[in-house]
Amino acid sequence: MMDTWFGEISTAVLSPGMFSFTFMQNAWLSGTIIAIVCGTAGFFAMLRGSAFAAHALPKIGFAGAAGAVWLNANPLLGLSLFSIGGALGIGWLGKGARRDVVIGLVLAFGLGTGALFLSFNNEYAAGAISLLFGQIVGVSQSEVVDTALLALLAMAMIAFLYRPLLFATISPESAEARGVSLRMLDILFLVIIGIATAITVPIVGALLSFSLLVGPAAAASHLTHRPGRAILVSVVLAVVSLWVGIALAYDTGWPVGFFVASVVVLVYAGARAGAAIAGRRQTAGSTSVKA
Amino acid sequence: MTGFWRAIFAAGFFSNPEVQNALWLGGVIAVVSGAIGVFTVLRGQSFAGHAMSDMGAAGAAGALLAGGTAIAGFLSFSVVAGASVDLLGVRPRDRDVATGLVLTAVLGLGSLFLFFDTRIVGAPEIILFGSLFTSDPGLTPWLSALGAAVLLALAIVFRPLVFISLSPDTALARGVPVRAVGFAFMLLLALAVGESSLVVGSLLSTSLLIGPASAALRVTARLRHAIPIAAVLGLLATWLGILLAYDSFYWPPYGRGWPVSFFITGLVLAIHLLSRLWPPAARYGSTTAQRTARIGG
Repeated sequence: MMDTWFGEISTAVLSPGMFSFTFMQNAWLSGTIIAIVCGTAGFFAMLRGSAFAAHALPKIGFAGAAGAVWLNANPLLGLSLFSIGGALGIGWLGKGARRDVVIGLVLAFGLGTGALFLSFNNEYAAGAISLLFGQIVGVSQSEVVDTALLALLAMAMIAFLYRPLLFATISPESAEARGVSLRMLDILFLVIIGIATAITVPIVGALLSFSLLVGPAAAASHLTHRPGRAILVSVVLAVVSLWVGIALAYDTGWPVGFFVASVVVLVYAGARAGAAIAGRRQTAGSTSVKA
Repeated sequence: MTGFWRAIFAAGFFSNPEVQNALWLGGVIAVVSGAIGVFTVLRGQSFAGHAMSDMGAAGAAGALLAGGTAIAGFLSFSVVAGASVDLLGVRPRDRDVATGLVLTAVLGLGSLFLFFDTRIVGAPEIILFGSLFTSDPGLTPWLSALGAAVLLALAIVFRPLVFISLSPDTALARGVPVRAVGFAFMLLLALAVGESSLVVGSLLSTSLLIGPASAALRVTARLRHAIPIAAVLGLLATWLGILLAYDSFYWPPYGRGWPVSFFITGLVLAIHLLSRLWPPAARYGSTTAQRTARIGG
């Protein structure tokens, strides 16, 4: 009885072909790579309060993809150019004005440009629209290689900047006094987010790729306070969220972004509730000891 | 001379009813967004303001799917979103993450709705990008009244809002209900954003909310001056954008017009960048003493 029930569920969730189709194998591989990058970069994004930038860059990148579709170029190229260019633009303009204002204005202009490119497309720009929602079918072998290379670049940048980033994020004044260029660091970090965006959008979609940067890291921050451990937890949560998202999207044909966002929110709520319960138990324990 | 004016105002600009409706509604949105935007920029709530437009779009996508009207979806979702962002992000440190996660949850559902909308009507472009020219003229009186109501409510909470925005600690010490006034402002912001997202699409909403206001705050330190300046700058960008979009029907590459959102967002960004050439001495106050001295404009 129990066996058939479990069997039915598992065949419904792990439906046929999920692991045998080449495009699905590519999707699993790409998905795992981008989740590792997003989980890691997300830790710093959360510490630095970069959720708005993480939300804006995918939409700016979407405009580039729409432009590339209009010019019959590779959408991924347009996506990467605009999301990394947007990161540089925000970093460059961010000096001497409120950061959130600059992000909002660059975001709006980016989307305006995207609307222009979409209107230039003579027919329904399916290639561009699929980047809005993300898709798991049609990840090619060469795209997996591109994703892996960009991911390596992002991870190398994070490894190289790890100590100054942590230092400058926790105590900016003393970091600056020790000769860390906060502005340079800021621009480089935005570029890391831009790269993470460029590889995440094709699978998760421009609307929701930021959820993978924000959610797992925020959940991890409720579970541990040590940076190294928090990054590890964040990566694990991101990978699991994306795996569940890909599996459910394959089963239903619904957008991956919807599932990833839902799982990420549940994971965050769970982590927060768990931390609250553990905290209460701890205080209860310590008071009873005192009593 | 007529040739010159003809070159600027393409034939029919002043007689076309769609253009007239767009000019009026765009004007209402620009003025309301400019006024609310001054406080949004001052209080560092640009992300929240943008998030509400996205969540309003999610509501509109759901409403269309359920056979309801876009206006109900936009307004209800942006108000609920505003309330939850305010309640979850009590400490400023939490606000960024709280906004991001509420946005994740709502936009996740919204993307599912939008996805089904594409199967049925092909609506994502309309919801995301909107167009002033396609707005339903029957809604115009209602939207104008809503805009007027938001401005009136802003005038009522003006003094305490200035106080809590500039020196929250002093305000708290003097017994001003900081949380309640902040919450009231969040609701006004949600109504303004919900309305403008409906009319001009969610991307223009953010642009008109924070661009003219940030330029105005750069030019003057007095809030009573900043609000009309922001409204006028917003009006300028909107009307010029409508004119350019109308003229662009004769432009390359395809001779069927460029989207009005492209022009308005570009003009707003240009206004913001130009305002940054203004001498920084006039920028918003740096010391508490200066700030307190300016309260009440």
